[in-house]
Amino acid sequence: MAKDEIQRTYRLIGTRPDRPDGLDKVTGRARYGADVSAPGMLHGAVLRSPHAHARILRIDASKALALPGVKAVVTRADFPTGLTGEDWNLQENTIAGEVALYDGHAVAAVAATSRLIAQDALRLIAVDYEILPHVTDVDAAMRPDAPAIRPGAADHSVPEGLHPNVVKYIDFGHGDLEAGFAAADLVREQSYTTEATHQGYIEPHACLGQLGADGKGEMWVCTQGHWYIRRMAAAVLGIEAAQLRVTPSEIGGGFGGKTTIFIEPLALALSRKAGGRPVKMVMSRAEVFRATGPTASAAMKVRIGMKKDGTLTAGQAEFRMQGGAFPGAPVSSALYCAFASYAIPAVAHVGYDVLTNRPKCAAYRAPGSPMAAFAVESLIDEMCRELGLDPLEVRLKNAVREGTKSSYGPTYGPIGLVQSLQAAQAHPNLSVPLGPNQGRGVAAGFWFNHGGETSVSLAIGEDGTVTVSVGTPDIGGSRASIALMTAETLGIAYENVRVNVVETGALGVNEPTHGSRATFASGKAAVIAARHAIAEMCRRAAAAWGIDPEAVDWQDGAAVPAGPNAGKFPPMPIAEIAARMGSTGGPISGHHEVTAGGVGASFGVHVVDVEVDPETGRTTVLRYLVVQDAGRAIHPAYVEGQYQGGAAQGIGWALNEEYIHDAEGRLLNPVFLDYRVPVASDLPMIDTVIVEVPNPGHPYGVRGVGETGITPPLPALANAIAAATGARLRSLPMSPPKVLAAIRAQRGG
Amino acid sequence: MTRIHVTATVNGDPVEFLADPRETLLDCLRDHLGLTGSKEGCGTGDCGACSVQMDGVLVCSCLVLGVEAEGRSIDTIEGMATGGDLHPLQRKFIEHAALQCGFCTPGILVAARALLDQNPDPTEQEVRYWLAGNLCRCTGYDKIIRAVMDAAAELRGAA
Repeated sequence: MAKDEIQRTYRLIGTRPDRPDGLDKVTGRARYGADVSAPGMLHGAVLRSPHAHARILRIDASKALALPGVKAVVTRADFPTGLTGEDWNLQENTIAGEVALYDGHAVAAVAATSRLIAQDALRLIAVDYEILPHVTDVDAAMRPDAPAIRPGAADHSVPEGLHPNVVKYIDFGHGDLEAGFAAADLVREQSYTTEATHQGYIEPHACLGQLGADGKGEMWVCTQGHWYIRRMAAAVLGIEAAQLRVTPSEIGGGFGGKTTIFIEPLALALSRKAGGRPVKMVMSRAEVFRATGPTASAAMKVRIGMKKDGTLTAGQAEFRMQGGAFPGAPVSSALYCAFASYAIPAVAHVGYDVLTNRPKCAAYRAPGSPMAAFAVESLIDEMCRELGLDPLEVRLKNAVREGTKSSYGPTYGPIGLVQSLQAAQAHPNLSVPLGPNQGRGVAAGFWFNHGGETSVSLAIGEDGTVTVSVGTPDIGGSRASIALMTAETLGIAYENVRVNVVETGALGVNEPTHGSRATFASGKAAVIAARHAIAEMCRRAAAAWGIDPEAVDWQDGAAVPAGPNAGKFPPMPIAEIAARMGSTGGPISGHHEVTAGGVGASFGVHVVDVEVDPETGRTTVLRYLVVQDAGRAIHPAYVEGQYQGGAAQGIGWALNEEYIHDAEGRLLNPVFLDYRVPVASDLPMIDTVIVEVPNPGHPYGVRGVGETGITPPLPALANAIAAATGARLRSLPMSPPKVLAAIRAQRGG
Repeated sequence: MTRIHVTATVNGDPVEFLADPRETLLDCLRDHLGLTGSKEGCGTGDCGACSVQMDGVLVCSCLVLGVEAEGRSIDTIEGMATGGDLHPLQRKFIEHAALQCGFCTPGILVAARALLDQNPDPTEQEVRYWLAGNLCRCTGYDKIIRAVMDAAAELRGAA
């Protein structure tokens, strides 16, 4: 794609039409996971371990099965054996085998004719446990005296001599680290911790599953990716993927947490055991917190070298993360992100993925990047203050740009960090004077973004309107962005395109709406599919005109002769071609499937002003600015929405949210009252600036925008609190008691 | 457990259902009356996704028992539009892109209508505190607050 083409202005792209699914969603008509029922439906419920770590000695469900209305009980004995690798992890997390690995781990499930009977039946299932020693903290889990949660789970990367709870070890870097630190005028090293947080989507997991003795089944489910559900559930149940047809509901938020399975195989196993009757399962909020994927917690040590003028000379990071009782904490991506914003001559990274007795972590918006940013961006800020340097100027001085070799290997294409930093400097928020107990913090953030497996079909209707079938569930307006790009390409009205999120039987494999990829990858495939349809429509016009197809162009929604030599014919609009397509060769459609490449990284810069109450330690966010490179904002309102939503989640992570366990390893705060996400009165308006440095890997320049925004808030808040109070907090969340203690320690010191 | 016969008015229509005494009003709306627009996000009154008005009072329907609806008038999201005409709040939510996943939207619309019924000219702070019982995890609330303020202005005839 030529640079001038992606920098031109467009008829539709960049406008803000109403989203196609808006009416359904403001009237209550939109159907989410729990909103659908089926004839003969049963209701499922799950019995969960009350212990953080316990051997399951015996499960007796006879009394539950004797309760009128109960139709099936399943335990691990109802699932196939012999799975390996991640399939085994998924099965083990779906339902415990010999050992319950965390508080809330599923032990048995029941299906009954009503939800209340199913819940009554749970109380009649007797389980004998032998309680085992547990560990929930990442550093405690690495100590020699820690209980070994799953001996033998470590992969080949782990050096000898480490605790068996260390299941993966990562070590990479480049440049001469010693020379880098020697060249610095200031070298500082600090340690940081972040607690696990939950994605906190408001819709609990829900599904309606049916599976017959013939191995054929169907599922309705709220998910970010129904092909993932199909593959994972089929593996866990030992059935064939193609025999399971999965339809996505509307989805009430995901943020990465709905890219994997939890209750879905249980619903199918119960259905199979209950003679194929459909089984509906809906999680409670407490189940969501206890037994679905929060993010990892992290303990991090960072060392940075800086010259007096702010030039970074070396960076070193050691990250230890736990992602629950299974491998998979996002240590690698956290390390890749750690120094990704800066051109540093020498960097070294070491990471440990550690097992604990906590739920299996799932992806959460830019997995790993927020923790890494908290450590690195906090330390850079601290060093800027020590040297009396402006933190935005220092970031500009070291910022990566096109052609910079990144800290994790690849060389960047066109990226917008410098432009984002400059836009932040120019924003009026930066010149608002601050009062007593107020402080301003800045931080940068990064996410790679993802392309992934993508299959899209497009069909021209008999009246010239267009249906696009995509496999990426619409979580935040992607139907609108895909319709805009399709209509732009075809030269037709936005309203004449309908984008449907279709079931697994209708397309090739699609990865979930994850990695900030829906508008990028499904959008790119829709544009290419539209081009295929345009080529066919040009052929139909050429045949009607009796000229060569090469002599036909497509302009403003119509076939036109390519030039004066092609002949003199009036434009043939899409509606005219469509009306006659049955007699000119048959239906006209376009299709594109690819593992989408050309992804463009997105950088962001956040600036926050806070006021800290010196009496209580409570932090109030006074104003907030998000600047981020979108590549091209297809529907700017939904791009702003991603920026604002990411910032709000990051603010929650920074200030309030955390998993709190008691001495027995039980989660103490599995309700929204105690796991406090930001509410409307906690936040100000969130200002946004959309920087557009087009991504040459997308026909309209799109980068993903969904994830980067959660990354800078953690350090930006810490830096602002430090500016307001002089107290530096290196442990999240920066809740009022911790801030107050830090202020008092500062005064005492 | 013996079910109890309940007669109520929902969105202006007479309804009857049999409620298990343990079922919430939200359960009854969703499971017995087929009104699935009200959502369960928590079941503990913390998220507001199940917000309805009962005799004009804003309540979390997950904190009301179904049998308590006897003789009451319930207004849910399904009754917010008049025929084909959306309530200004509904229109403004679409115009301002005040929803992303849309799951919290019905509860927020019902709560916002209850605010504007009693305070047609709320300040931004009043809107934020009124909606503090309605969690949204997607938007950061910015566009929601703007949509409510804009709808209030239109309802006052000042738009």
